[in-house]
Amino acid sequence: MYTESVLEKVMRAGHIGVTGECGPPRGAMPEVVKEKASLLKGYVDAVNVTDNQTAMVRMSSFAASMFLRQMDMHPVMQMVSRDRNRLAMQADIIGAYSHGINTMLCLSGDHMKFGDHPMATGVFDLDSVQAIQMVRKMRDEGKFQGGADIKNPPKMFIGAAANPFADPFELRVARLAKKVKAGADFIQTQCIFNVDKFELWMKGVRERGLHKEVFIMAGVTPMKSVGAARYMRNKVPGMDVPAELVDRMAKPPKEKQAQEGIDICVETIKRLLDIEGVSGIHIMAIEWESAVPEIVERSGLYPRPKL
Amino acid sequence: MITAERKPLAEIIDSIDGCRRIVLAGCNECVTVCAAGGRKEVAMLASALQMDFMKRGKTLEIHEMTLERQCDPEYVEQLAPFIDQVDAVVSMACGCGVQEVVRRFKSKRVYPAVNTKFMGASERPGVWAERCHGCGNCLLGLTGGICPIARCSKRLMNGPCGGSSKGHCEISNDVDCVWQLIWDRMKELGIEARYEDVIMAKDWSTERGGGPRKIVREDLQ
Repeated sequence: MYTESVLEKVMRAGHIGVTGECGPPRGAMPEVVKEKASLLKGYVDAVNVTDNQTAMVRMSSFAASMFLRQMDMHPVMQMVSRDRNRLAMQADIIGAYSHGINTMLCLSGDHMKFGDHPMATGVFDLDSVQAIQMVRKMRDEGKFQGGADIKNPPKMFIGAAANPFADPFELRVARLAKKVKAGADFIQTQCIFNVDKFELWMKGVRERGLHKEVFIMAGVTPMKSVGAARYMRNKVPGMDVPAELVDRMAKPPKEKQAQEGIDICVETIKRLLDIEGVSGIHIMAIEWESAVPEIVERSGLYPRPKL
Repeated sequence: MITAERKPLAEIIDSIDGCRRIVLAGCNECVTVCAAGGRKEVAMLASALQMDFMKRGKTLEIHEMTLERQCDPEYVEQLAPFIDQVDAVVSMACGCGVQEVVRRFKSKRVYPAVNTKFMGASERPGVWAERCHGCGNCLLGLTGGICPIARCSKRLMNGPCGGSSKGHCEISNDVDCVWQLIWDRMKELGIEARYEDVIMAKDWSTERGGGPRKIVREDLQ
């Protein structure tokens, strides 16, 4: 055990880890964070709190994560290297850890072009691999990235992302290996709709034994409507939504499509749990946190272990 | 080369509207090659300016000059005989050239007529693309000779992000994913295994992090 992270404890004990997601609001609205969090409470081990997701300004991940801590929940503080240099990142890591945040996810972040500040500069002082190295060095060597000693170093359970559906596919296992080598403890994948392709990637992961070095949490997203399915299929780079799923979402009348989306999500999770090397499920119910309890229960992942 | 594009005519006119006489100074180096500020572009801009002034019942006297290298004091000196007779210099060189003119002629107004863009190469006629960021510590030897600092939208040093799709960058289908190019090149050279060497956090002090940069060669002073 490297840390006090509940997510680490759950997965190291051999249970399937379950994480959810909370996107902070675009305004000083603590009640929105609390409401989203309360929908997830008890159904997930930890909650990812996104960091200016899609390059739109939101309440900071650190601040929103604090509200979760106050509710006795466990945030996974996301941190993108797009918006901060290494000084600011390390300062926030120490600050967050001082407030009991012990799990984080290192990302490069969506490009500024996708958000509402396309005129902003991208910092990218570090890339995600280098950010993982930095957090690991802080924890295991007690040193800042620059080399100086840290007094009472932050012990973060370190997460990273993987997208098995982006190109070039043949490089994607090697990219994971690089993040593992850099020091990632757990991986959360891009939303999986094409389970066949994910299985192929996992085969490559197992061939190199990477699933034994890192906890792989398979990412899922319930689709709320056929419109959402089409949007993800056609517009989101690095997303792979098979045409059959879009067709299936199109079949029921509009008011029943959300239920179809939940059904698909549960079926997907069941398939994912049968794949050797999958240690957890990461449910990204974007602006649809109320769907999570049903998904978790029907997937056989409820109740969550008490550790 | 350093690439540039001419500024919109209205912006140039706005900056010199109160002037009666100007020197319009091109440069025979990079901006000539990228067709932004060489002899030909100087002549074209001069006639456009004169036409605009004439239409508005004003006059503008333009002395056209294209210096061999505007970033070199030796050639900037060629402006000296004309400088007292004009209200301002309009430079069609890159930002380096503009500032050399400023450094030499301290009391003269100098306006840029081009936007300096990037260090790049000519991909095909009429298309220039960024190749080098001038980070001061070249890592091309580690990345198959293709630069992720200059050519990845997020300057990622350790591989493609999750937005790489069919060889394109997530920001646009008009932008190559440089990590696809690097990976293809590594395969071509049979050095794919090198991809897994982690490229460590970069020391940006050799780039802008260390403040304005200078090269000092004592052997040449």
